[in-house]
Amino acid sequence: MQANGTTPLVEMRDISIAFGGIKAVDGVSVDLRPGEVVGLLGHNGAGKSTLIKILSGAYRPDAGEIYVNGEKADIGTPRDAKRYGIETIYQTLALADNIDAAGNIFLGREVLTPYGTLDDATMEAETRKVMARLNPHFRRFKEPVKALSGGQRQSVAIARAIYFNARVLIMDEPTAALGPAETQQVADLVLQLKKEGIGIFLISHDIHDVFGLADRVSVMKNGKLVGSANVADVTQDEVLGMIILGKCPPGAVPGPGAS
Amino acid sequence: MTAPAATTAPPHATSGSLLSKLEIDVRMLGMLAALAAIWIGFDVLSGGLFLTPRNLWNLSVQTASIAVMSTGMVLVIVTRNIDLSVGAILGVVGMIIGVLQVQWLPAWLGFEHWLTAPIAVVAAVLIGGAIGLFQGWLIAYLAIPSFIVTLGGLLVWRGAAWWVTTGQTVAPMDTRFKALGGGVEGALGATATWVIAAVACGLIVVALGLARRRRIRFGFPVRPGWGDAVIAVFACGAVLAAAAIANAYPLPVGTARRWAEANGIAWPEGGLIIPHGIALPVLIAIVVGLAMTFLARRRRFGRYVFAIGGNPEAAELSGINTRWTLMKVFGLMGLLCGISACISTARLNAATNAAGTLDELYVIASAVIGGTSLAGGIGTIAGAMLGALVMQSLQSGMVLLGVDTPLQNIVVGAVLVLAVFVDGLYRRRIK
Repeated sequence: MQANGTTPLVEMRDISIAFGGIKAVDGVSVDLRPGEVVGLLGHNGAGKSTLIKILSGAYRPDAGEIYVNGEKADIGTPRDAKRYGIETIYQTLALADNIDAAGNIFLGREVLTPYGTLDDATMEAETRKVMARLNPHFRRFKEPVKALSGGQRQSVAIARAIYFNARVLIMDEPTAALGPAETQQVADLVLQLKKEGIGIFLISHDIHDVFGLADRVSVMKNGKLVGSANVADVTQDEVLGMIILGKCPPGAVPGPGAS
Repeated sequence: MTAPAATTAPPHATSGSLLSKLEIDVRMLGMLAALAAIWIGFDVLSGGLFLTPRNLWNLSVQTASIAVMSTGMVLVIVTRNIDLSVGAILGVVGMIIGVLQVQWLPAWLGFEHWLTAPIAVVAAVLIGGAIGLFQGWLIAYLAIPSFIVTLGGLLVWRGAAWWVTTGQTVAPMDTRFKALGGGVEGALGATATWVIAAVACGLIVVALGLARRRRIRFGFPVRPGWGDAVIAVFACGAVLAAAAIANAYPLPVGTARRWAEANGIAWPEGGLIIPHGIALPVLIAIVVGLAMTFLARRRRFGRYVFAIGGNPEAAELSGINTRWTLMKVFGLMGLLCGISACISTARLNAATNAAGTLDELYVIASAVIGGTSLAGGIGTIAGAMLGALVMQSLQSGMVLLGVDTPLQNIVVGAVLVLAVFVDGLYRRRIK
């Protein structure tokens, strides 16, 4: 493994995927370095979520390659992605509503006793630890997550992503369903994780969110990459122009989707 | 996993109702209350015929086959699927093992060979499991809706059952095999029943103690010590009461005399009272229930089954192999049909191609009365078995009262709908 800061944690090259003849993602390349937050912007239907689902293993791309730490990675299932340290917080949270917080956090990666049974006590103890860090007021460990508030459910989804030492974190519209205080909590968390050297893809259609947190932005439109830019080199209006018109400003590197 | 939300006390709760302190499942308690009401009601209406050791013993034997299959149906329904083919699978498996022990095995081993029964049981489980896995494969990997696959299965396996002997009934069964159906051969007797009850009580106490110690070791809140004691007393009391009732039902005089003669015991003047004890099919059903509960609650497989039912997409994204899990659920269902085929074939002492007709509906109704949600994700094994007992109690009770068959069906159907309505009300209230 290269500790070199210039080797991207993750690089997606020329990724394409089509559904029923419609190219949802068309030749998109993005990358992410350690401790970097990259905002992925675009309208609804621009292909952001699809691109990210390819990285998290939910879809297999028709074309293109994914490199993790400079080495070609084969990601065909969510399990593969997790093996590479890629964790995802989905917009829908992807929680099993009928199961408690510990059950959800360890879903698919249960801790077992030597007899091969579920070690619920250990999982609950670990859940209490990680939740104490994320949401100190969280008390409802024994209830199905259906009974939790939006913010609490969000904490469970985040806990699941960070508990297993993620190196790459994908956050798909992480604040869409949250109030202002909880949004601030998520922002603080992003900055804290960034300090720990985790790379974060932040997907949003709200550019204010992204400008506050991201180091770089990549903009997609109609499945194609309009361009990428350092946040410092472009204005919010210019990024808005990229999103709406597909127009790439001088401060950005244009992609195949630039008009 | 049913509605722990309502029944779990928050940590360090100082107030709260008695039930929440004891962490008892209120739903399950409601079902037990309903069952008690049905039993007492029938007892009063029948002039004391219902709550007799004899009737309760028969009731337990009659429930066994449906109860065994209902444990599998819970998992099927929890994954948002359905299995309409269980009765037909029971039918075809029953026919095959009937022919196996009446025609094929005697030709090879001779009649009444001790291996006949074990071979028949293993064959039933394997054939049932294979049929279930095949249907599960169609559902999980070819993405054909389970309703359709198992509706087709209902017709296919029922037809296959006829095909085995072109409709002829096969009888009688091997003597040792017949014990699986209960009856005199399948009653375990007083001593064995008390031993089993004592072991069960010991296990209850040990399990409660271990769970408590584990929670204390991790510093989790525990229910008060007297609460555990109350639960232990009630659970052990129920086990011992059931054993006492099973032992209070003596063998009929003629059978007892034959038994005495066969065992070289002189027939005393006043007759001989030989208790039945628990019936083998009932013991099988209880063991199946415990095994299935273990699978559903303590094993990864069970966790995945519930996760798939709660949110299939989330389960998939968590890296769970949802297809293989689903295929296993149907395989398990088929395997349990194989066990039930043994019980009902042995009880009838004959294999007929009509065996298990309409069982799919009783099995589904048991699971649903027992609190399994058709929306998926919610259900308990114990609830479904209790549901099977409720249904069988209604039917036996009405037979005892001489209610006409059509009216029996009307009542059972109405109770099914009512039970689901009440359950829905309860769930909405606790939300």
